Amino acid sequence: MLRLEPRTTPSRMFVGLAPLIALAATVLIGMALFALLGKDPLTGLRMFFWEPIKSGYAWSEIAMKATPLALIAVGLALCFRANVWNIGAEGQFILGAIFAGGVAMHADANTSRAVVIVILLAGMAGGMAWAAITAVLRSRFNANEILVSLMLVYVAEMLLSYLVYGPWKDPQGYNFPQTVTFAKPTQIPKLFDGLRVNIGVFLALAAVVGMSIFLFKLFRGFQAIVGGQSPAAALYAGFSSRAALWGALLTSGALAGLAGALEAAGPLGQLTPYVPVGYGFAAIIVAFVGRLHPLGIVLAAVLMSMFYIGGELAQSRMQLPKSITGVFQGLLLFCLLAADTLIHYRVRFKRAAPARVAA
Amino acid sequence: MNEAALLIAATLNAGTVLALAALGLLINERAGIVNLGAEGIMLVAAVAGYAAAVHSGSDLVAFAAGAAAGAMLAAVFGVLVIWLNTNQYATGLALSLFGVGFSAFVGQTYTRERLAERAQFDIPVLADIPILGPALFKQHPMVWFTVAVAVGLTWWLAKSKSGLTLRAVGESPASAHALGMAVRPIRLAAVVAGGALCGVAGAYLSVVYTPLWVEGMTAGRGWIALALTTFATWRPLRVLLGAYLFGGVTMLQFQLQGQGVDVPAQLLTMLPYLATIVVLVLISSNAAWIKANMPASLGKPFTPGG
Repeated sequence: MLRLEPRTTPSRMFVGLAPLIALAATVLIGMALFALLGKDPLTGLRMFFWEPIKSGYAWSEIAMKATPLALIAVGLALCFRANVWNIGAEGQFILGAIFAGGVAMHADANTSRAVVIVILLAGMAGGMAWAAITAVLRSRFNANEILVSLMLVYVAEMLLSYLVYGPWKDPQGYNFPQTVTFAKPTQIPKLFDGLRVNIGVFLALAAVVGMSIFLFKLFRGFQAIVGGQSPAAALYAGFSSRAALWGALLTSGALAGLAGALEAAGPLGQLTPYVPVGYGFAAIIVAFVGRLHPLGIVLAAVLMSMFYIGGELAQSRMQLPKSITGVFQGLLLFCLLAADTLIHYRVRFKRAAPARVAA
Repeated sequence: MNEAALLIAATLNAGTVLALAALGLLINERAGIVNLGAEGIMLVAAVAGYAAAVHSGSDLVAFAAGAAAGAMLAAVFGVLVIWLNTNQYATGLALSLFGVGFSAFVGQTYTRERLAERAQFDIPVLADIPILGPALFKQHPMVWFTVAVAVGLTWWLAKSKSGLTLRAVGESPASAHALGMAVRPIRLAAVVAGGALCGVAGAYLSVVYTPLWVEGMTAGRGWIALALTTFATWRPLRVLLGAYLFGGVTMLQFQLQGQGVDVPAQLLTMLPYLATIVVLVLISSNAAWIKANMPASLGKPFTPGG
């Protein structure tokens, strides 16, 4: 018989170990899934864990996907620590792309290179504005932020679709739903010739460092967490839980918006209805798998990018649907939540009492 | 006039999907559990139901498959949050994210399948009444079943011993435990039953309402259903009313598009989502009222003797 016994203090060892256990469990289930579908599990394993990291080009692609994931997840980590359940980062990402695109559309070949800064700031403003709607409705009207932020994702998708099918459609675009291709000066500067990876990586790392300092070194970071976790304690100490709510939502909105701007003016170079690809939702998994810690988030973002690239490879080389990525991402979070039990409980093996034989 | 009748019929049809899911979630929440996985459950059940309908040709088998899929996913969720005390929000989100990916993965081959012509379910005599007939009496039996579930739940929660037990568990698990009620199994039963209803909702969506399987076809209905339970202040009949209201908003959007109103289609598509936000704001702004109606232990973990 397996029995769970509560620990007196949470196990520090399992705090770090749980994500690895979850990853191992996900890999095992994944290999079983491959076998079930009649594919070689080892080939599958290679698509997800070796092919995505075996060359400089491959790492550039990993960085391209890890950048938006890490940016968004760092903001979400602040939200979740402050007990603000912002699950609408996807919408904030879209608004960031829309605002950035709105600026980039108006640039031409003679525009100064400094326009990139304006584009990124516009993206942040867009994401913040979208998150601010959730913040207002939560703080003024007590409306549940989970549902409001999520509903706003659908609204944002429709807004983007409206713009690229309507007023922002490229008149020379053969009636495709897309804006003009942004002029050259709007391009986010790349790090190496021939690779797609751009300065967004440094912005994401800066966000990671900034958030680490805020959360663990500054008093305001402590206030934010207390304000969210225990409004009563915060009130007693004179911290504002409303400020925590606003700070968390605006920060995560700005970071998600920045990610959207980097995507629009980076690899995409124009707006289409296909700007959102689910980074905002995958970042929720990244935030949890990274233990809501900025450094953990970097590792989790790289791992999640490997899942994305592995899924694409599994599609092209193993004839499996690309959506297998979503299956693995969801499984990983499930396994993590289950593995987290080990932090608070000890598993005991207990032999069942021997059945008494009737005399 | 006939057009109005058809609009009413379509509204009831659209509302049924939302009502089934929201009634399921209401059972969960009355027992103190919030399941943010509704969207994922509905999607997986929509695939399961659609596949069952393709292979069996029977709606009943499809609904059973949807219910079974929903119950199974909900059971996994339930064991995690009830016995392992994982965070209800995070676990529900995990279920939703998993469901989106998993349904897309399994459903790939079914996007090409089509179901046979739908059967008609006219109620003899009544269906021939002008206006009222086409508006009310040509519905799929599931529409009536949903009304029956809402009425039945109202009675069950108010009058039956098991219904009162469920409410006691949701209001104060500690007192319920002290009185000898099996809090955890009761909560699990509520979660599984709720998941099964969400599953039927998903299957109804793909097999009867659309009828098609498309990736991500629930389009937020699971989340809207979650909002509906708050909107209804956890009363089954109000859930039904709210669901029809939202069904009406969805249909209004199609109606306006059909009549060539000069508003871009995308802006009309926003309507149900915006309506959800507006309704949440209106209901929630009276915090005291929400608090008075909300099951007191909603979202909080419970450990017997802990």
